Amino acid sequence: MNTGDTAWVLMSTGLVMLMTPGLAFFYGGMVRRKNVLGILMQCFIILCVLSIQWVLFGYSLAFAPGKGFWGGFSWAGLCGVGLDVYKDYAPTIPHQAFMIFQAMFAVITPALIIGAFAERMKFSAFLLFTILWATFVYDPIAHWVWGVGGWLKDLGALDFAGGTVVHINAGMGALAAALLLGKRKGYQNKPIPPHNLPHVVLGTALLWFGWFGFNAGSALAANGLAVSAFVVTNTAAATAGLTWALIEWIHNGKPTIFGTATGVVAGLVAITPAAGFVGPLSAIVIGVFVSIFCYLMVALVKPALGYDDSLDAFGVHGIGGIWGALATGLFATKVINPDGANGLFFGNPRQLLVQAAAVAVTIVYSFVATLIIAKVVDWVVGLRVGEKDEIMGLDLTQHNENAYTLLE
Amino acid sequence: MKLIIAIIKPDRLEAIKQELYAAEVNLITVSEVLGHGRQMGTTEVYRGVKEMGNLLRKVQILIGVNDNFVERTITAILKGGQTGEIGDGKIFVLPLEECIRIRTEEHGPEAIG
Repeated sequence: MNTGDTAWVLMSTGLVMLMTPGLAFFYGGMVRRKNVLGILMQCFIILCVLSIQWVLFGYSLAFAPGKGFWGGFSWAGLCGVGLDVYKDYAPTIPHQAFMIFQAMFAVITPALIIGAFAERMKFSAFLLFTILWATFVYDPIAHWVWGVGGWLKDLGALDFAGGTVVHINAGMGALAAALLLGKRKGYQNKPIPPHNLPHVVLGTALLWFGWFGFNAGSALAANGLAVSAFVVTNTAAATAGLTWALIEWIHNGKPTIFGTATGVVAGLVAITPAAGFVGPLSAIVIGVFVSIFCYLMVALVKPALGYDDSLDAFGVHGIGGIWGALATGLFATKVINPDGANGLFFGNPRQLLVQAAAVAVTIVYSFVATLIIAKVVDWVVGLRVGEKDEIMGLDLTQHNENAYTLLE
Repeated sequence: MKLIIAIIKPDRLEAIKQELYAAEVNLITVSEVLGHGRQMGTTEVYRGVKEMGNLLRKVQILIGVNDNFVERTITAILKGGQTGEIGDGKIFVLPLEECIRIRTEEHGPEAIG
């Protein structure tokens, strides 16, 4: 047991927790003002509901040892998950510290999907969807990639902080949800202007800050690897933000703060699986390309295809996550992390194939399972609010509240 | 000259604007207002306390037009604004005494267009 490591992981847990409210502002600023409370509420209730799900059975499904579909119920109610070390996950901190750190990842992943069905989903349907999705999509995939006995882990797939488990997974869930739910009323295949860009920037700042816990905390120790992950996280975020601004400057004549913030988040997404395996110069390359790919996706491909991934949960997290996972197979080096592997550019082309396999499995499973879950929820309670409620806004019709007064 | 004031549902603004452009009415002023008619307002709840009859958000459109433009302006607002639901709003048409373009000091019908 190491007190420094324990302190850092607890600190990182707090940082990752703050990302979900950060995401709430990031997304909340992007919607029309009649729906901002709907977004904030969805993010906050996920913090409440999944914190409980995780303690009751989520952690057990994801991390209890086992070679099956998931980890099973042997650790349900945190039975056997105590304050001693569990060395297969984190050799120097109490098992519960690892558990609560992972809880925050389980919280933010379904919260990312909110961006795809923003401004039109019924609150009851959202709750049911989130619980089912966390249980049948997040928990199994987390087990495959990170759990003892997980088959993608045994295959040798590298995912330092959740590029596959969190971002590709949420991104594909988002795409499936957006396709099934259909477009917002009046959506003309072009963005609806965000109601509060300063909130988007505030949210981005909180995400960037929290992401240091997400990535550097994933070292699970206060050591050199944590520092390396911290440095590449900041480098990739900075590069991607700058790149997006430059693309806009060239393509549209002016750089925008909305674009720069989007680029920063895309950079953070892409470096997530690679942090802890790649060096700072690789992080710059990863950051440049993620903004190019995501920009093409959200500015050109999405409008052309005409689906309404309202806040680009797939366009940024899905695409950025896929690039990050594949880039890990290109740029990973044992110089940074002797427990990792070398990537293609360091003489090991097999790693790229392993990464691609993990990506493909996650894409297919997440997409199909999300479609099924959303369909079931649609039968049970109906996914969408009525047309009149959608026009009135989710704040008033789902929560009986108004975010902003006009007089006083 | 007439002053046309329309109180509409906020989400109909875009459609009304398109209809107005199609009718070559290009000069409009829009403001956000609160109100309710027969539809009555909304119910909101804050810390468990119910507040009834809160005013609904509406959009007010202000257009000054010459007499030969009145009918097509009204038609455009009706076309864009009508959903058939309660709460679609109202159009008021008022006589307009004078209109002055500040930049050129033009008066009357020339100043409007």
